[in-house]
This record gives sequence, structure tokens and C-alpha cells, in this order.
Amino acid sequence: MTPPEASTITAKQRPGDRIFSTATLVAGVLILVTLAAVAIFLVAQSLPAFTAVADDFKGDAENFWQYVWPLVFGTIWAAALALIMAVPLSIGIALFISHYAPRRLAQGLGYIIDLLAAVPSVVFGLWGITVLAPAVQPFYTTLTEWFGWFPLFAGPVSGTGRTILTVAVVLAVMILPIVTALCREIFLQTPVLHEEAALALGATRWEMIKLAVLPFGRPGIISASMLGLGRALGETMVVAMVLSPSAIISFAVLQSQNPTTIAANIALNFPEAHDIGVNILIATGLMLFTITLAVNMVARYIVERRKEFSGAN
Amino acid sequence: MSLTATPPQAPVTQNGISNSLTAGKLPRYASIYVLVGALAASSAVFGLVAVSSGELFNIAGAVFCGVVLYTASIWLISRLVEGSRKAADRFVTALVATAFTIALLPLISVAFTTIVNGLPRFDAAFFTESMRNVVGAGGGALHAIMGTLLITGMAALISVPVGLLTAIYLVEYGRGKLKHGITFFVDVMTGIPSIVAGLFAFALFALVTDDPGVRMGFGGAVALSVLMIPVVVRSSEEMLKLVPNDLREASYALGVPKWLTILKVVLPTSIAGIITGIMIAVARVIGETAPLLIIAGFTTSMNYNLFADRMMTLPVFVYTQYMNQGTDSQAYIDRAWAGALTLILIVALLNVVARIIAKAFSPKTGRR
Repeated sequence: MTPPEASTITAKQRPGDRIFSTATLVAGVLILVTLAAVAIFLVAQSLPAFTAVADDFKGDAENFWQYVWPLVFGTIWAAALALIMAVPLSIGIALFISHYAPRRLAQGLGYIIDLLAAVPSVVFGLWGITVLAPAVQPFYTTLTEWFGWFPLFAGPVSGTGRTILTVAVVLAVMILPIVTALCREIFLQTPVLHEEAALALGATRWEMIKLAVLPFGRPGIISASMLGLGRALGETMVVAMVLSPSAIISFAVLQSQNPTTIAANIALNFPEAHDIGVNILIATGLMLFTITLAVNMVARYIVERRKEFSGAN
Repeated sequence: MSLTATPPQAPVTQNGISNSLTAGKLPRYASIYVLVGALAASSAVFGLVAVSSGELFNIAGAVFCGVVLYTASIWLISRLVEGSRKAADRFVTALVATAFTIALLPLISVAFTTIVNGLPRFDAAFFTESMRNVVGAGGGALHAIMGTLLITGMAALISVPVGLLTAIYLVEYGRGKLKHGITFFVDVMTGIPSIVAGLFAFALFALVTDDPGVRMGFGGAVALSVLMIPVVVRSSEEMLKLVPNDLREASYALGVPKWLTILKVVLPTSIAGIITGIMIAVARVIGETAPLLIIAGFTTSMNYNLFADRMMTLPVFVYTQYMNQGTDSQAYIDRAWAGALTLILIVALLNVVARIIAKAFSPKTGRR
């Protein structure tokens, strides 16, 4: 449905109309202004950080880029691990809800998955630290014993289970609902005629999904994953609570020394930061903002381009 | 073990002619039999291990191995009876159902642990006392609950008018590049990390008040608004689009001005959906921790003034109780879990009320 088209006959402009339409316009523009303000204020407050000297930084970093690089690595690494786990699972769940579950149950099942999105992140943090980390620790030990030759699973294993892999699992759980919801919407929009044509040719349900649903939904799946990635990049509390941070670059996912993320680093250090320390943290926040903005804009651009047949927004 | 579920190859009808329609197919409930068989087999093995080693029966392990065994055996049986294409279909069905079950595990686990760990301190004192001068056991989260209500209320007060007016602009007035731009950037805004919103509020108020260590509740409300506005815009926009054009045209035909049409026809028709969207948006930001940690800070005392001093909120309360445990650490952990339980209950309540409003008052042209 589209709003009524502008006709050639112009209505009489009443004061009420003018006030109301201006108010709505102002609100709309205010959003653009806010987004610009976020960028401007962050840049303004982070300028001193770029010229800061070695003494201003925590740890061994000598300039801002040396300080921020391990954090950027940690942020992307944790989010990527989470995405690798979440996307296949989400596609499976979305297919289950859209094409396997009985029609009457489907709405309810979707709602159950959405419940995961309603759990506050700080609760996930508590859960990750008290339930998940001790539960997976024995599994990690076995993993290093059997697959320690593989660089990712190299020992020595962490004794608490509080590693970047645990963080990635919790992050995966947190981005699961949004990726699932978007994939589900797209799968439901597959033209019924395509599906029926496949079935009429004798395809089984899986072949029908392979032939009709997945090719149709591919751009949607990509953009849903990128939106999930955006979420995972910016998630703070879980990382801050579960990891004991260190400024290192390491791909090993089971050791007790783990790279931390930008967001968690800010949350942990901001309350005690002062003077230029605040500016440095805001500058790292600016980096995070830039990364997530880029990821989200690419994702939205893909959605926008395929708008006529993907309902991913 | 699971092979006992294998049916006769071609069911034979009463007069002895094999039914070509059901030949080469597994019977209807074959997958359920195989699942039960696989679970029984794996729990039998795990039971034997538990008895012989004297350890506790490993439920998770038994279920996991049972599901793996089921997936393998249904594929094998189907492959033997029905051929490779059907087998692949059954294999994927098993995988997809497993994916859904896996997603349920964290949900159940989170709900269960929060309730079990939260109940010990979920008492009257928790809701009537603050943490002022409390060391060790005792104390409560009244200051945090108060702060959460004030800050979230203020955020809603800012976001609802802006969000709703923007949605009206997008649906009723907007056209061309500006409309596209706003739609695009509202979507982009949905992806702003919450901690960046907190840093923005901090940077803004640090410049405005000229205080490099500024902490105030209002800043938290601004940060939450940045996160909340796009959600309100998106959901209100969807709801306004659902209002049939016939209603608008009927109103114009009667000579009603456009702004009155919107106020008296379009909004009342979609108000249930809009309120639902707003409540879900509130439920989303009420659990935000990071921005409030940055700009609202934490304290142990009551603070009713949004415009001065630190203000505690429930998520930050949970976080600080857990991260800064005192000598009597169990008391801190109990308080953290009780806070988490309160938070989940508030979010659940908001969601349930939102769904009820959506169900009860939705217009007849609604989606459901």
C-alpha cells in the first residue's frame, strides 16, 4: 500500500496542515541530524587521542593505532566466530519455521525464538559466566587433547572456560533471533508458484528448498548475516563480563589469554578513565562506530537493491 | 536396535496385491519410532556407563548421542528403502528440527538459572531498600528500579513523539530523496552499537556542561532514545501502512483537512499496533547496560533528579553487583541474580501486555 499520490489539484493550505506537516518533517530531519551529531561529537571528543603520547595509554602501546589494533582484531574475530556458528543454525531454524513446522504452530515457534531477543544482554553475561563457561570447560579440555595440533585449538586450555569461544557462543545465541527472523521473512516470500512448480516436477521437500527457496533467498541471507554481524560487533556486556582481557592478537580460541573487543574495553575502563584516557576510549568507540556503520550500510544496500522481492526490512 | 523399526518393504493389501502407491515408502510414523529407538539405545549405553563408573547419568550426552544416532539411522534406513533422494530429504528434516531444538536450549537454561538463582533474594527488602551504606548481605535495588523507570520513561518521552512524527512523515507526506534518505538512515541507526550511543551522550553533555566527568540520568535517556527512535519509527511505519487508503479517501471526500484525517482517522485505526510497537521498543532499551554505565554511572543511593549526579539503573546494578563483589561474595551474586530476574520479569510483562493490546484492539484489516 502506498500513501495517496499527489494529484494535480492542490488542496487549500490550512494553518493546521502547514504546522502538522512541518512538525513531521522536522522530526524526520531530526533523525538525520542526530546521526550526524553522533559522528560529529565522537570525532570532536576523540581528536586529542590521535596525538596522545605513549604515557597516556594503558599497556605497551606507543600511539593510538598500536593501542586500537588488538581491540579491532578482537572485535572482528569474536563477531566472526559468532557469525560462523549463528548463520547455519539460523537458516535451519528459519527453514524449520517457514517450511517444515505445521502452519498453525509456525507463528508460535517464531515467537519462542523472538523471546531470545528479549533477554537483556547483562543477563546473558551472567549466564555465560556462571552456567556456560563451567559447562563447556571439560569439553574444551578434550578438544585441546585431541585436536591440539590444529592452531585454533592449541593449548594450554583455560581452566575456567572463560575464553573467546565461550563469548562467541553467547554472542551467537544473541544474534540468532534477528538473523532467524530476517531469514524467515525472506523464505516466506518465495513465490508459491516456484515452490509448487518444483514439487510438481517430483522434487522432495529438500530439493524444492534447494531449487526454489535458497536461490531466491540468497541476497536476503547475506544481508541478514551482515546485520547479525553488526549486532555482534557492538555487543558489550557479554564480552566485558566473560573475558579477562589482555591486549594480544591470537587466533587460539581455548586459552586463558584472549583478545578483548572495543566495546568491552570501553565498558571496563570508562568508569575509572580521566583526562585524555576518556578521549582515547571515545576514539576507540569512533572506530567501532565506523566499522558497524560500514557493515550495516552494505547490508542495507543489498536489501535496498533487492527490495522488490525481499522483505528483509 | 533401531533396525527393529524397519517395516516390510511393500505393504500388501487384503487381496494380496502389493499397493504400488505405498511401495518403497517408510510407514507414516517410521521417523518417530526410529527417534524413540535411537534415544533408548543411547540412554541404555549411557546408563551402563553411569552404572559401571558410578558417576551421574549424563542426560545431555545421552540426548546428544541419541539425536546423532537418529539422524544417521533415519538416513540409512530411508536410503535402503526409499532411495537416496528421499534419504537426503529425511536427513535435512532431522537437521532442521535439531537446529530448532538447539536454539531452545539456551532459552530454557537462561530462564531456569535466572529463576533458581534469583529467587533467594527476590524478597520485600529487595524492592524497598537501596544499597546505601550496605556492605555484605541485605540491601535492595529500589534505587536501581527507580532509576530505570525514570530514565526509560524519559527516553520514551523523547522517542515516541519524534519516532511517531517521523513515521507519519514517511507514510503520509514524504516523497523523493529525503524520504529515501530518512528510511535508509533509520535502518542504519538500528545498527548503532549501544555503547556508541552512550559515548555520544557523554560527548554531547561533556561539551554542553563543560564537565569532563559528567554523569547524569538525562544523558542516559538521550542515549536510550538514540537506540529507541529507529525501532519506534519502523514499527509505527508498518502500522500506518496497514491503514486502508479507502479510509483516507473517504475522509478527504468529506472535506476533512489532511492533518485532521491523520489525527482522527489514520492514528485511531492503527493506535493498537503503534502502542504495541512502542512497548516492544521500551522492552528492548530497558535492558541496555552499556550506555547507562557510561553516562548515568553507578551509585548506591536514591536519586530522583534526572539532571544531576549519578543514577543507578537495574542492568547496571546487576553488572556492578557481579563485577565488584565484596568479601561476602554470595550476597552480591544473589543480588545480581535477583536483579536479573526482576529485569526479565519487567521485559516479559511489557512484551505480554504489548501482545495482548495487539490482539485485543487490532483493526480488522490487521495482519493476524
